[in-house]
Amino acid sequence: MILIFTEIADGAIKKSSLEAIYYGSKVAEMMGTTATALAIGNADEAELAKAGNFGAAKVLHANDTKLTNPNSMAYASVLAETVKSIGAKVVVTAKSSFADAVTARAAGALKAAVVGNVTELPDLSNGFQVKVSIFTGKAFADVNVNGDVKILAIKKNVVAPIESGNIATVENISPALADNLFAAKVTETIKATGMISLPEADLVVSGGRGMKGPENWQPLLDLADALGAATACSKPVSDLDWRPHHEHVGQTGVKVAPNLYIACGISGAIQHLAGVNSSKVLVVINKDPEAPFFKAADYGIVGDVFEVLPKLTKAVLANK
Amino acid sequence: MKILVCISSVPDTTSKISFTDGDTKLNKAGVTYIIGPYDDYALARAVELKEQSGAIITVLNVGNADAEPQIRKALAIGADDAIRVDVEPTDSYFVAEQIAAVAKEGNYDLILMGRETSDYNSGVVHGIVGEMLGIPSFSPVMQLDLNGNEAIMTREIEGGKEKLTASLPLVLGCQEPIAEWKIPNMRGIMTARTKPLKVIPAAGSALTTTEKYSLPAPKGACKMIPAEEAEKLIELLKTEAKVL
Repeated sequence: MILIFTEIADGAIKKSSLEAIYYGSKVAEMMGTTATALAIGNADEAELAKAGNFGAAKVLHANDTKLTNPNSMAYASVLAETVKSIGAKVVVTAKSSFADAVTARAAGALKAAVVGNVTELPDLSNGFQVKVSIFTGKAFADVNVNGDVKILAIKKNVVAPIESGNIATVENISPALADNLFAAKVTETIKATGMISLPEADLVVSGGRGMKGPENWQPLLDLADALGAATACSKPVSDLDWRPHHEHVGQTGVKVAPNLYIACGISGAIQHLAGVNSSKVLVVINKDPEAPFFKAADYGIVGDVFEVLPKLTKAVLANK
Repeated sequence: MKILVCISSVPDTTSKISFTDGDTKLNKAGVTYIIGPYDDYALARAVELKEQSGAIITVLNVGNADAEPQIRKALAIGADDAIRVDVEPTDSYFVAEQIAAVAKEGNYDLILMGRETSDYNSGVVHGIVGEMLGIPSFSPVMQLDLNGNEAIMTREIEGGKEKLTASLPLVLGCQEPIAEWKIPNMRGIMTARTKPLKVIPAAGSALTTTEKYSLPAPKGACKMIPAEEAEKLIELLKTEAKVL
């Protein structure tokens, strides 16, 4: 049995989790078994049934009111108990910092091997082998995974789901929740609303020190808005507080893997590249033709970002 | 207050990665090793807490003898003693098992480490350790203050952050801006030489083995578009790259 840990945001299954469900269903096919999705928190049955469209035969839904707010320890307890009760041998999740926190504690409870940043379907010809991205995307390793239970955290865009049109059956579960799982008190949540989630985004427009100051961000925001893209920034920009820390992309920030990453006024230090090198298409706009980022880019424009950005926005809007 | 800071020894983030022995080993020639960048933030915050209200900091590394320069550096920055579990740090569960064994012996109030190592980037060791010890774990923590037995933290969440409090003992995965990286001073470097470093054997066995490494396919040439015709980019992204 394959179990997919599914993340819910605003009542809907996250796109990355739909990819994980599809990946899990492919692993299930290879192993001659079925895929079950585990959804925790508030969501409609009709929404959860969509997991079937991505290959899950069944959805187990834990909807205790104590689980409405994401709590990695409580979610991990539900995950570990579910793995035991259905006898799952492989757990699949989309890689995210919340999913990491959940699968980590579940791994501790289950004595499970955890492998992160999986980039392909496993090779089952000789044991259980997966390819993982290492050194923040600079290399890959083929890893043999042993252990009775295996937990795989997959990168974004590893599979291109083909929708089957099937509907999954949804079954409610009520796992026991110990009081000590709720030891932490969240006193304040500060979250940007109405923004496109950066780790989930297919399109990202990102700015560096070449933007010259937080007051100059409007042309970049306009392009992101026209494209329906998430916004990001380089480390110096977040260090200078020009943009919030959760937008910082790079070695010590968010690692993204969008279809398109447009870098505006970012020179392309190796630490920044580490956060974006899994992007399908990289566009670099920089007035310095010697900027190292051009060597990693698919498309480049040498020019003033403040002249180039409005032209791009205009072209996007004209093409709509 | 007893703080355990777990550090990894990893190639400098600017290193060019290559492999030897038929792509089965990392090529260490010309590679500079450093304290994991996230672990370095955890260490820096531990030293600040020690300066503020007193603490004994033990630094722990799961790794072979090659990691000793990084351990000595951590001692020079302000840790009081060190433990090295003498084994190749293969997979997250195995490493966590070593950390948990040391932690059980030492009765630490705080166990700090980076949110992830910069080699395998899995970001799960702190959570596994927390579960093994039966104490809460949080990550990625960007702010940490102590008020008696209570930790006041800010944690990054997708699209924002949250403030939370919990009672010690805790395991925390740390990231910037929890503290500024510290550079050891001369006195620290001198005293680090004589601070105790205990080497102990590993327990348990690894759950993964790496068969082979590979590098990404080289990138094709960058297609340049003149700035005065910037709008052509949008057309190319639609028709050629097919990402719009």
